[in-house]
Amino acid sequence: MSAFWIHFDIEFRHGLRNRNMLLMNYLFPLGFYVAVGGLMAQLNPYFRPNIVPAMVTFAALAGTALGLPNPLVAARENGVFRSFKVNGVPAASILLIPALSTILHVVVSSTIIAATARPLFHAPVPVDWAGFALFVLLTAFALTGLGLLIGVIAANVRATILWSQLLFLSSILLGGLMVPSGALPPAFRRVGLLLPTSYAVSVYRSLARRSVGSLPLTWSLLVLLSSGTLCFLLAAYLFNWDRQNATRRGHPLMALLALTPYIFGAILL
Amino acid sequence: MASSTRTEPVVRVDHLRKTYGSVAAADDVSFEVFPAEIFGLLGPNGAGKTTSLECLEGLRRPDSGAMTVMGVDAVREAARLPGLLGVQLQSSGLPDGITVDEAMRLFCAYHRVAPRYDLLEQFGLGDKRRAQFHLLSAGQQRRLALMLAIAPEPKLVILDEPTAGLDVASRAQLHDIMRGLRAKGTTIILSSHDMAEVEQLADRVTILLRGRTVATGTPRELTASGGQLTRITVRTQASSLAGDAVIPNVSQRDVQGEYIIYFSSDVAASIGAILARIAEQGDTLVDLRMERPSLEERFLEITAPGGRQ
Repeated sequence: MSAFWIHFDIEFRHGLRNRNMLLMNYLFPLGFYVAVGGLMAQLNPYFRPNIVPAMVTFAALAGTALGLPNPLVAARENGVFRSFKVNGVPAASILLIPALSTILHVVVSSTIIAATARPLFHAPVPVDWAGFALFVLLTAFALTGLGLLIGVIAANVRATILWSQLLFLSSILLGGLMVPSGALPPAFRRVGLLLPTSYAVSVYRSLARRSVGSLPLTWSLLVLLSSGTLCFLLAAYLFNWDRQNATRRGHPLMALLALTPYIFGAILL
Repeated sequence: MASSTRTEPVVRVDHLRKTYGSVAAADDVSFEVFPAEIFGLLGPNGAGKTTSLECLEGLRRPDSGAMTVMGVDAVREAARLPGLLGVQLQSSGLPDGITVDEAMRLFCAYHRVAPRYDLLEQFGLGDKRRAQFHLLSAGQQRRLALMLAIAPEPKLVILDEPTAGLDVASRAQLHDIMRGLRAKGTTIILSSHDMAEVEQLADRVTILLRGRTVATGTPRELTASGGQLTRITVRTQASSLAGDAVIPNVSQRDVQGEYIIYFSSDVAASIGAILARIAEQGDTLVDLRMERPSLEERFLEITAPGGRQ
C-alpha cells in the first residue's frame, strides 16, 4: 500500500475513533435525522419528500463545515504539520486525505439515511440510485471544499467555529434544508442561492427523484462543481505549514473567491 | 571522536541570517558538523538555535547565507531534506488520536522504508503500540518522536531539546540511545539548555549569542579557553596547609571546615607545591579533589553581558 493510502486508512479510522469526529460525522447528523424524521413527518406530512435530501445534506454539512476545519486548525497550531513536513508528508496529502476521508464518512451516513428513510418514516427514497450517488458526491465535494478552506484560513479554533457556524446555520435556515427554497420570501431565497445546500437539494430532486428541481440542473451541477474545485485550489494555495511561519502565499480574504460561482448563481438564477 | 579525523563536513552553515520583521533571530551563524559526531548547539533563549535548526530542516527559508546537508543545498533543494535528515522538533506534534503503531507505519511509508517495529522494544514502547499519542507520558512522546526520527536510519539526526521535561531515568535512557546512534556512525546535532548533558555527550559545541556564533570547539577546548580557574580541594591529617603557605598560580584561597580550597590557573604547578608543602610539614594527605571549570561556567562567562568570548 502506498504512503497516501496508509495515511488515508489511518485518517479514516481516526474519524471513527475520535469522539468529536464521530459526533460530527455520525452521531449528530443521524441523531438529528431520527429526531427530525420522527417529529416533522408527524407534524408536517409535506416534509416527508424533503427528509432524504435535507438530512443527507445536513449530514454532509455537519461532517464538513463542523467536523473538518477544527482538526486542521488544531493540527497546524500543535505543530503536527511541521512534524509531517520534516518527515516528507506533502501538503497535498495533508489537505486531500482529511477531505477524502470526510467525503467517505458522508457517503456512509448518507447511505444509512437513504436506506432507512422509508422503513422508519415512510419518506420517498431515490428512484435513481446513480443520480443519488452523484448528488451525494457532488454535495460532499462542494461542502468539503468549503470546510477545507475554513480550516486553512481560520487563524485559530475560535475563528473556525465562527466561520463554520455561519455556513452551518445560514444553510439550515436559508439553504432549503428545513424550509424549501420555494417557500422562502424572494429576498431570502436569493440570499439562499449564496449557499451550496440550495443547489444540492435541487440536484437531488432532478437526479435522484427524476422530478423538477427548484433550479436548473445544469447550472446547479456547474455551480457545485466549480465552487468545490475553486475551494480545493484556493486551500492548496493558501495552505500554511505552521502558525509562526508565513508560508501562506496570499491573503486569507482571497478565500472569498470561492463564493464566485454562488454569486453568479444568485444573480443569474 | 569525529573531530580528530577531519573529513568533509556533513553539515555546513555559512553566515546564516534569518529575520522576522526587524528582529534578526539568526544574524551571522556559521558552523560545521562532521560525520559520526554529536554536535552541541548551545545558547540562551532567543540566541537563534531553533531558527538555525529550522532553516537547516527546511521549515524556514533563510534571508541569506549558505547551508548544505551532505552536499545538498538546504535552501534550493529543501524538498530533498526529509530523505536525508531525521528530525525531532522542539515542539513536535502528532495527531492526538494516532497510535504508536500507526505513527511508525505512516512515517516509514512516507520515507519508503519498512516499519521499524523492532525499535518499539528498544525505546520501551513495546507495550504501548496501540496507545494513542495524547495518552502517552511526556517521556514516551519524546521517545516516540526520537524513534520516528531515526526509524529510516538517516545519517544525520537533529534533536532540538530532546530531554526537556523528562525525568532522570528517561533522560539517561535517551543519552544511551544517542551514544548508541553515534557508535553506529550517525551524526547528531543536539540543541539543549542542559549544559551537563551537552558536556557529557557532545564531541564539539558551538555557542550562539544574539543570533551569532561566538565560540566553537570541544567542551574541553571551550572550558580551557575561559578565564575560570581550576578548583583544588585539599584535606590533610594535621591541617598543615592552614597557615599562610604560598602556593604558586593560586589567585584565591578559601577555607571550608577542614578543607582548603585553592583556585589555580596552573594546576600542575599548584598541586606540586601543595604536595611538597605537606611532605615538608610531615603531614599526611587525606583528600585531594580537582574540578575543572564546567561548560556551564564557561557558557555563563560567554553569555554574561560583556562576557569574555
